[in-house]
Amino acid sequence: MPTVTRWYVKTSLISLLIGISIGITQLIPDINFPGAYPIFIHLLTFGWLTQLIFGIAIWMFPTFSKEQPRGPEWVSWLIYGSLNIGLLLRVIFEPLQLVRPNHLTEWAVDFFKFLDANQFLIHVLFTNDIVQWALLLSAVFQWLAGVLFVVVIWSRARGTKAR
Amino acid sequence: MPRLSLFFVRASLIYLFIGVTYGGLLLWNKVLPFSSIIWLLRPTHIDIMFIGWMTQFALGIAFWILPRRGSEKPRGNEIWSVIAFFLLNTSLIFSIFRVFISTTWIVVAAHSLQGIGLVLFLIGNWWRIYPLKFPEYLNPKG
Repeated sequence: MPTVTRWYVKTSLISLLIGISIGITQLIPDINFPGAYPIFIHLLTFGWLTQLIFGIAIWMFPTFSKEQPRGPEWVSWLIYGSLNIGLLLRVIFEPLQLVRPNHLTEWAVDFFKFLDANQFLIHVLFTNDIVQWALLLSAVFQWLAGVLFVVVIWSRARGTKAR
Repeated sequence: MPRLSLFFVRASLIYLFIGVTYGGLLLWNKVLPFSSIIWLLRPTHIDIMFIGWMTQFALGIAFWILPRRGSEKPRGNEIWSVIAFFLLNTSLIFSIFRVFISTTWIVVAAHSLQGIGLVLFLIGNWWRIYPLKFPEYLNPKG
């Protein structure tokens, strides 16, 4: 199994683990984790299933050429990076987008100020602009991962007469 | 890769492209709302990703790599899987059009076609799932 596929498969298993854990927390009464449902769904469908399919397809599909049997390797790494950066940004910032206007956010900001935390950190975590930009970037990265995979695998999916 | 698997896989890649584009627009609209119509695409996004991308890709690969029998018709009567391919894709077109046609029958029709398509695929390929005929091949010395 090539190195890049191992990274896809292992990361997909981590996504599965985190996704299931978030799913379990949703079942516990009195725990209200805002924005958990879309994260739970996307960790399982995109982080787990889609990432596993991507990794195995890059490994096992008919070869691209003799010199580069799996196509340019850097593209596979770019797909891996885009998918996981996009997903990570979503996992971090989608809940923050939902909690920001309520008391929890005010409480968290006060808490961080009490800890004398870095102003930049408070700004990053609780300012509209940063959260919006992070989620927009997440959308772009996830889209890019899908499109690049389509481009890479399209030419490797080909028919044979004999089989 | 047999021709039908090629159709399944390439169709699934087209749906992956449409699905991630819909998904990107949905997330974008969540952050910076630009259209209320975009939210109507959510059920279609789910159908496209689950049926159009993942299910169709899995069926295409299954049709390709499941054990074959004989050399004349190694995958049996392929017509079941061909019809399944057409039904699944018709159902997805119905699913896309439900954004523009606000009746429930189109949703029922789309999901019924999906169900029938999957059953036909099972009928056509069920017999290909069988245990190894000569297990000693796996461990010749033992």
